[in-house]
Amino acid sequence: MEYFFALLFSGLTKGAIYALIALGYTMVYGIIGLINFAHGEMYMIGAFTALIVSSVLSIYGLPLPAILLLAGLAAAIWTGAYGYTVERLAYRPLRDASRLAPLISAIGMSIFLQNYVLLAQTPDFVSFPRLVPEFAFLEPYSAIITSSGLMILVVSTLVMATLTLVIKFTRTGKAMRATAQDRKMALLVGINVDRIISLTFVTGSALAAIGGLLIASHNGQINFAIGFIAGIKAFTAAVLGGIGSIPGAVLGSYVLGLTEAFATGYVSSDYEDVFAFSLLVLILIFRPAGLLGKAAAEKV
Amino acid sequence: MNMKKLPMPTGKDIGHALLIGLWFMFLTFPLLVIKVNPGEQTVSWRWANMLWVGGASAAMALAGRLIVAHRAARAEHPSPKPGWFAVQSTLSQHFTPDRLWLLGGIIILIFLALPLMFSTYQVNIMTTALMYVILGLGLNIVVGFAGLLNLGHVAFYAVGAYTYGLLHLHFNLGFWIALPIGGLMGGLFGILLGFPVLRLRGDYLAIVTLGFGEIIRLVLVNWGDLTQGPSGIADIPRPGLFGLDLSLNQYLIYQYYLTVIMMFFTIFVVNRLRYSRLGRAWFALREDEIACQAMGINKTAIKLTAFSLGAAWAAMAGVLFAAKTTFINPDSFTFMESAFILCIVVLGGMGSITGVVLAALILMLLPEYLRAVAEYRMLVFGAVLVVLMIVRPSGLIPAIRRTYSAMR
Amino acid sequence: MDPLLTVSGLTMDFGGIRALDRVDFCVFPGEIVALIGPNGAGKTTVFNCLTGMHRSTSGQMVLTPTGRPQRRLHGLPPHRITAAGLARTFQNIRLFPRMSVLENVMVGRHCRTNTKLFGAIFRPAATVREEKETIAMCLALLGRVGLADQADEVAQNLPYGAQRRLEIARALATDPQLLLLDEPAAGMNPQETVELEALIVAIRNHGLSILLIEHDMKLVMRLAEHIFVMDHGRLIAKGTSDQVRRHPAVIQAYLGEEAADA
Repeated sequence: MEYFFALLFSGLTKGAIYALIALGYTMVYGIIGLINFAHGEMYMIGAFTALIVSSVLSIYGLPLPAILLLAGLAAAIWTGAYGYTVERLAYRPLRDASRLAPLISAIGMSIFLQNYVLLAQTPDFVSFPRLVPEFAFLEPYSAIITSSGLMILVVSTLVMATLTLVIKFTRTGKAMRATAQDRKMALLVGINVDRIISLTFVTGSALAAIGGLLIASHNGQINFAIGFIAGIKAFTAAVLGGIGSIPGAVLGSYVLGLTEAFATGYVSSDYEDVFAFSLLVLILIFRPAGLLGKAAAEKV
Repeated sequence: MNMKKLPMPTGKDIGHALLIGLWFMFLTFPLLVIKVNPGEQTVSWRWANMLWVGGASAAMALAGRLIVAHRAARAEHPSPKPGWFAVQSTLSQHFTPDRLWLLGGIIILIFLALPLMFSTYQVNIMTTALMYVILGLGLNIVVGFAGLLNLGHVAFYAVGAYTYGLLHLHFNLGFWIALPIGGLMGGLFGILLGFPVLRLRGDYLAIVTLGFGEIIRLVLVNWGDLTQGPSGIADIPRPGLFGLDLSLNQYLIYQYYLTVIMMFFTIFVVNRLRYSRLGRAWFALREDEIACQAMGINKTAIKLTAFSLGAAWAAMAGVLFAAKTTFINPDSFTFMESAFILCIVVLGGMGSITGVVLAALILMLLPEYLRAVAEYRMLVFGAVLVVLMIVRPSGLIPAIRRTYSAMR
Repeated sequence: MDPLLTVSGLTMDFGGIRALDRVDFCVFPGEIVALIGPNGAGKTTVFNCLTGMHRSTSGQMVLTPTGRPQRRLHGLPPHRITAAGLARTFQNIRLFPRMSVLENVMVGRHCRTNTKLFGAIFRPAATVREEKETIAMCLALLGRVGLADQADEVAQNLPYGAQRRLEIARALATDPQLLLLDEPAAGMNPQETVELEALIVAIRNHGLSILLIEHDMKLVMRLAEHIFVMDHGRLIAKGTSDQVRRHPAVIQAYLGEEAADA
């Protein structure tokens, strides 16, 4: 029974991380219909920025909670800036191009960013400091739940709740939803569509960065290539839930996280990634609209 | 008039460029300036990088702004510049059919004489480059002709290589038997994957093929009983030549000629295909899927043909690869390999044969001879994909449709 | 004489919205029939159902080509419908923009030729012959629509009116029994419209039937032998041009309540 709960908990933490990344995919797709292939790299850049900032701060001897907070803030700000720059450079000039062009551009961006970090930092795995202190009250349950895992669940829930509120109730949120529904119409009613798209990229990237920080501190090591697999899996989650739908992305992420945790726990750990990819292939074939998405017919 | 010089930069241009420089200095600050040495808990500061980034991005921004302004100025005073068609017609004037034969003959001669002029080491590099020409041309059928973005091309390459490896390991079969079987296996896998996924929209197709590529690789890694897992298959025999006993050098040269023959065969096939009923249907599919169906084309059937033909071609290249390196393991078949082949097709010009050949040679040979470039290879490829899509989406040598009316 | 195309009870629902409601009409061989109605009446939806782009919710569509067996069109994929003898043009021109004018038409021959992979690669005598016939035939078609001189031009470089005519030539290349034209005169200047009218008449005189959607009422009145009027997904009137012109429901649909009362 303890094993089951440990798997359940690990599935939920995985799902929470996927959700933080998947939100970026789904928001960008909802607004400009692009699979932002470079989004996984945002998560990787977030983790690296957090690593660098926390290393510098720990040399100056700041206390752990302060380091965690500042590293998270720095990761979110810088990764948001990367998201903004990537959109300006690689996607905005292609907004009216054919469907394949932005996708290829995104693949190029992804390769570029991976190798940029490889060259600027290191090709090897680096250990990531434990930023989350061990909570004493979790001592009796240590076989099931870790403090960094708990941190992931709490932070991701808070972040997602905030995002939902912002999108539901603020002017900017309304503008985002309007742009997603009909970009031309949004432009006509005076919404600055370019700004909204930029904002979507910044928000999505910042969320991914927070995910990167949390998972890096949970796993204890990172390298330049972690964004690729995580990105594909988060994309799977977004598609599973119905790409373009925000609650769908969250639901899909938890489903994927739990599936992976239980499949590796009870079937075989060798094929962890195969489960995710097979799930992706199966959904796209049998229910391309996802769990919560609507099928759209092409206009003739 | 149309050769007017670039305009002088105004103060506004310079201010704008400086701002961009500052932005990139800020952006790259943590990753480029600070370097963490995780072992000894120290940090090194590389301030010089910041100046480089600031300077380079400001200069590029300024140049970009001036070029755009120059273009805009030229567009206001249009000059009769030779258009696309003029270029095409001058091309066809210069390359009349008999001259084209001459040109082709010279190129073939160069390829044949290459081993006489260079060391076996160089020839071996050339063999590898030609293999990528074959891979690129195969993917060009799928991406360039039919417009199906396949990000898992390497999976079929792996299918071919492992078909030979496994046939050798378990049944002790040779290259010449493995080549057609490998091609068939590739085609079969192409059909198996293509049948369900070709209904999907373009970008979903890209992701599914990517997922499929990764599944194949992970299975190769984990199914140790069959594939020997990450350690791979060693001592795969080189192709035989009528049972002759060749020295290693002779083998390498033989292999080179084999690859050259294979490449010319590929060019022949792809060239024939593109001006056929099938090729026209593929281009029509790429241009407009709905109109294509309305013209009585069974889109599923022709998608499947393109997809499985590309797959079969990649698999044959895979057999060739296994025979050349005599050792294969799953590491040769990562997503980066697929991305690299895609880069060849995009850089060359989607649908263009000459372009793909040229791009494969450039991308393969440049890093070999410019060691300084080698380190930045993938970084440059990534940037090339982005820049090409924005500046020149039709590639180095855009595909030109042949004129049929002269064939009356 | 049997009708070439019989449509009965054609109904199309888009998730709760009824775009077509029990539409009946028929087209006889060698006839020009027009489908008119205000914007959003469902005319293009009729075309999309006929050509298999949309699968209709219910209803019958039967094609009876002269000398060939009847074909039920419902549920067939688009390419089979084209092969059965129905060809169309699109309201918002859908050429293959980066292929040459001649190639655009050659694509239309796809369903009437049969070179396969082997033939394409090794080009046996049969393929060479087929290819030559295709080229000759397509050039002849281009001549009929007045585009013979631009055969090697890239389709997207053609002027607007020429693009519309190319779309017609491409549809004709599929050897149809019935040609569906979706607003062929839209955006044309008067001169181009006159040429188009002559072209449509010439095609009909060649033995084809034509079903067209058109907003240019003068053109419709001159061309069409029968007119079907649609509004809000229903057929509200049918008859010759004179009958339709005086039909109260038509006047109401086009001019609104007041005009009908007046």
